[in-house]
Amino acid sequence: MTTYILRRILSSLPVLVGILFATFALGRLIPGDPCRAILGEKATDAVCDEFIARHGLNEPIPTQFVIYVNEILRGDFGVSFRFGKPVTDLLIERLPTTLELSLAALLVSVVIGIPLGVLSAVKHNSWIDVVTMIWANIGVSMPVFWLGLMLAYVFSLTLRDTFLWLPPSGRLTSGVISTSFADVWGLELTKGTFTWTLVNFLSRLNILNAILSRNPELFVDAIRHLILPAFALGTIPMALIARMTRSSMLDVLGQDYIRTARAKGLRHNVVIFKHAFRNALLPLITVIGLQLGTLLGGAVLTETIFGLSGVGRILYDAITARDYSIVQAFTVVIAIFFVFLNLLVDISYAYVDPRIRLD
Amino acid sequence: MTAETKNTIAQLDAEQISFKSVSLWHTTWRRLFRRRSALVGLWMIVILVLIAILAPWIAPYDPLQQLVGLEPIKSREAPCIHLLGCPADKPQHLMGIDANFRDQFSRVLYGTRLSLSIGFSTVVFAIIIGTVLGALSGYFGGWLDMSIMRLMDVLLAFPSLLLAIAIVTVLGPGLVNALLAIGIVSIPAYARVVRASVLSVREMDFVSATRALGASTTRILFGRILPNALTPLIVQGTLGIATAILDAAALSFLGLGAQPPTPEWGAMLGSERNQVFTAPHLVFYPGLAIMLTVLAFNLIGDGLRDALDPRLVNKV
Repeated sequence: MTTYILRRILSSLPVLVGILFATFALGRLIPGDPCRAILGEKATDAVCDEFIARHGLNEPIPTQFVIYVNEILRGDFGVSFRFGKPVTDLLIERLPTTLELSLAALLVSVVIGIPLGVLSAVKHNSWIDVVTMIWANIGVSMPVFWLGLMLAYVFSLTLRDTFLWLPPSGRLTSGVISTSFADVWGLELTKGTFTWTLVNFLSRLNILNAILSRNPELFVDAIRHLILPAFALGTIPMALIARMTRSSMLDVLGQDYIRTARAKGLRHNVVIFKHAFRNALLPLITVIGLQLGTLLGGAVLTETIFGLSGVGRILYDAITARDYSIVQAFTVVIAIFFVFLNLLVDISYAYVDPRIRLD
Repeated sequence: MTAETKNTIAQLDAEQISFKSVSLWHTTWRRLFRRRSALVGLWMIVILVLIAILAPWIAPYDPLQQLVGLEPIKSREAPCIHLLGCPADKPQHLMGIDANFRDQFSRVLYGTRLSLSIGFSTVVFAIIIGTVLGALSGYFGGWLDMSIMRLMDVLLAFPSLLLAIAIVTVLGPGLVNALLAIGIVSIPAYARVVRASVLSVREMDFVSATRALGASTTRILFGRILPNALTPLIVQGTLGIATAILDAAALSFLGLGAQPPTPEWGAMLGSERNQVFTAPHLVFYPGLAIMLTVLAFNLIGDGLRDALDPRLVNKV
């Protein structure tokens, strides 16, 4: 197993270097003066000279690449001219919202998608199967941004006087204050340390913070604001997972050992869940793991629609303001995250299915 | 040989000829037509193509014409706030009037042209480049294979929409750049499909025979090997059109793709997204159009995949 993991980690190194090179190249392809493209049109000549010297922009390309990789390894993604802050600070500040949204969407898609898929495979060719598959086909074809707007219209406007009303935008209702669990617990932390950054990051995960600081009002409010975005973002993966579960289950249910299990006189539910479902779960790991990466990409659209100030939202603002440092940083971070996710998926796959390790 | 035997032989020949006519495509079509969902998809595409071709004749107005002054209308006019915009009260504007006093119905109709061409052009671009890369990689192997496939891995390491966003941000917004970005992002899928097919037949006897006959590499590759990659490419391409349309709409929605006043569905949605509570019909229809178009290609793509799957031959 260790050899397998090491081999797998080694094989993802060239891809990581490739990603760094691709984003580096993208940064160098910006038309016009790179200094003014990154620092904004108003940058003076003195500022630009300093910028060029610091990033080695007048050095040969290989040296520039080394400087670039060095900066990224140190977690330095440059300064955003639009926000006037280091990009790394912005990422730490805004990443929790995106993480919460993506995890909630993944939860929605798994919790609804898998049972739907199992049900539709067990009741193959029944009306449940037909309806689920029609829904799944529509689900994968829906534009995220349109679904988000439609959900907002239905739940925030049409159902506004009912108990089903849900807020159309924002992360918390104004007036609901999120006090960091560190303050509630009375933790004394020095600013700038790793623990401080970590606590700061975790306390921005509103739902986790609400649980840790035992604040029921914050908990309910944070969840209510997350429902619509999570469903908007989670629908496509939900449909994909339902389809995948169904075909994987159908495959397994046709196997001889399932017939044997039934012939032994085992109860229907035992056959379905103990014999079929556990084996059908294997291909799903890949789908679910890869969806998380896609969700982070889709967060750009969802956050824009629901006014959530996550990384996706900054990315949108950065695009309109042509704030390249942010676009570049976000692309690198997500791509590296995606590679790690792939690695984890492969390792967990090998863990669950020993045959893979021997390949 | 008696006349009778000659007759029998002729009959046998005739039978063989009629047997031969059941080609792969024939069976595929037959199997495709048996799947109700694929049939629905096929009809939807036929209708969409007809709308795209006939748009100038069906659309009641010019999609770019601002009707202010020509008719007593207000911007974003719909008789009531409703998803469908209550068309009965203003039958000449089925989907209402947009913010710039244009007929939304005509714009949605013209959008079909754009979306279908976006889908086809990006997929054709990606297939051509992907096929060349995949064929070279699979046929020659070695360092060429290694470097091409690592490059594809890097492209695959980014979530597709995000990479497209990054590329367009650098190239500058606009429909052509957006198409280029979506095309580049979808190359790896085709390259991998072609490479796999090439690898699976490269060492087969019919290829060696062609080589022994003195055929050139180009001829072996394009005449003998690549036709085997056609089936998976068609399936991948059909599903790829759906993804391309969806991604292009997303880019236009973010303001990176088609620029106003182009009647592109994503752009139409993007410009009216803040009006979802006051003029929801302006958001509803373009989105519905995107969804139906993408659905049509997904249905037909799934149907084709099942119809062309050799493992399912005896099941239908």
